[in-house]
Amino acid sequence: MPLTPEDVTRIALLSRIELSAEEREKTRDQLNGILGFIEQLQAVDTTGIEPMAHAVDVVQRLRPDVVTETDRRADFQALAPETEAGLYLVPRVVE
Amino acid sequence: MSDLINSSLRELSAALAAKKISAVELATLFLDRVETLNPTLNAFITTDREKTLAQARAADETRKLGAGSLCVPGTPLRGQATASLPLCGIPLAHKDIFCTQGWRTSCGSKMLENFVAPYDANVVEKLAAAGMVSLGKLNMDEFAMGSSNEASFFGPVKNPWDTDRVPGGSSGGSAAAVAARLTPAATGTDTGGSIRQPAAMCGLTGIKPTYGVVSRYGMIAFASSLDQGGPLAKSAEDCALLLGAMAGFDARDSTSLERPAEDYSRDLSRPLDGLKIGLPKEFFGPGMDDDVRVAVEAALTEYRKLGATTVDVCLPNSGLSVPAYYVIAPAEASSNLSRFDGVRYGYRAPDYDTLEEMYSRSRAQGFGSEVKRRILMGTYVLSHGYYDAYYLQAQKIRRLIAADFSAAFEQCDVIMGPTTPSVAFPIGSKSTDPVQMYLSDIYTVSANLAGLPGISVPCGFGAGQPDKPMPVGLQIIGKWFDEARMLNVAHQYQQVTDWHTRMPEVTK
Repeated sequence: MPLTPEDVTRIALLSRIELSAEEREKTRDQLNGILGFIEQLQAVDTTGIEPMAHAVDVVQRLRPDVVTETDRRADFQALAPETEAGLYLVPRVVE
Repeated sequence: MSDLINSSLRELSAALAAKKISAVELATLFLDRVETLNPTLNAFITTDREKTLAQARAADETRKLGAGSLCVPGTPLRGQATASLPLCGIPLAHKDIFCTQGWRTSCGSKMLENFVAPYDANVVEKLAAAGMVSLGKLNMDEFAMGSSNEASFFGPVKNPWDTDRVPGGSSGGSAAAVAARLTPAATGTDTGGSIRQPAAMCGLTGIKPTYGVVSRYGMIAFASSLDQGGPLAKSAEDCALLLGAMAGFDARDSTSLERPAEDYSRDLSRPLDGLKIGLPKEFFGPGMDDDVRVAVEAALTEYRKLGATTVDVCLPNSGLSVPAYYVIAPAEASSNLSRFDGVRYGYRAPDYDTLEEMYSRSRAQGFGSEVKRRILMGTYVLSHGYYDAYYLQAQKIRRLIAADFSAAFEQCDVIMGPTTPSVAFPIGSKSTDPVQMYLSDIYTVSANLAGLPGISVPCGFGAGQPDKPMPVGLQIIGKWFDEARMLNVAHQYQQVTDWHTRMPEVTK
């Protein structure tokens, strides 16, 4: 089922990627091309097949619950576009 | 000096040990080549002569004082302090997906154009601990999403065999740099073929190990259940040495496998008598160009002469591997790349009013079109109402593909076929049609889905401009954790053929 313009608007919102009207149309065409290509997966009978989430079937390793990180806040915040007093600055979200 | 650019790692190691050359001289030789040839090839994104030479001086010091006193700045030697360091002083370069403290790590993206990681990737750390000297950071498709290296914010990489053609991708800078002898070796990553496909297109040997063998810590994530690091070099022997230095358990990667350390060179000289090579009929179908077929068939003839036998095997679901991959990989990418929000690091758009606008404009402007396409696709296949139909279905098919390999390996020791359906294609020829581009990974993605190791080995030349024949790669897929055997199989072939020693004109 090909994507409608509304589908593309919804996916772009979920992805937090702004698209211009022109980009939306082009994106819709390209995504529909790819969807047409992956459509062949639907024809395969996978009844009773366990989904494979990972390349090697192993149990998740657990680590001891101890602090291993050192305080490198200054190093990390040096990379941020905007910080103040040890905090990351973003536009106001609560009036 | 000029034969040093073609020397194997073992030869370079011997020359360093015999004091015929110093690490500083070696680094200078390659840095000078980068300076001369990179403007044409665009293989390197970042170099820093001072940092490289500082590492080289430390390596010379280490060799002088003995291996126990390695003093690469910021890189404490781990493990046995007295172990010998055969790679000490040999230069290499890193794909720009590996975080390097103090050097920019861009991942080929505007999003990380000015990002300097505050730590080293495990692979970077390990190779530095082995004494290897970094020449810089290599160009790549943005966030490793691409098969031609045309999707880099820093511009396309040129294939040294013909600069009108792509080097393959996403480790295109790695492949072009080694092929042009700008570095003796390079690191790469392979999510759907990104080591093997460029290795094939540039006439190199490149190995993607079994998933979990090389740590992903500090390797910028694309599709976490598929991503795996590995080396690109001039021969299987070189790859075996490099893989030994890169592999190993790392507690900071939750999917790193706890396995004893291996000497990947241990079986290199083993004869191939009795080797059973599986030939999947699906890898020899009509999708392959004739010139590639001729070269691969000739390689198989060579293997038969070496005492191997071939057996037909069946991978009935392999035709579904590319479509399954293009559901699973974008799904994982859409999740992984959600971290780029313009808040903590990376690009932030200059104009916005609300937080939502800041996110969506930073991502719209910071990511290139292929990356955005995959995030959007991944978001769609994971979204409510489509998850079962696409994502879960692709994961079930992934199990069928892995099961096909298990069954095939009942009948054979290794599987062989072409690495790519065609030789390197002209720049611009596939960049407008995503699906056509995706199909260039048709023979490589199934190994990633199954988690299997794969290696590409140069096996001849195919069509190109009359004066510029292009390299062809033979792919060898091994059983899980059978890297040493695959490297043996590749090395024995390289003892009786000289394809891997051929060099593009640009190196002369």
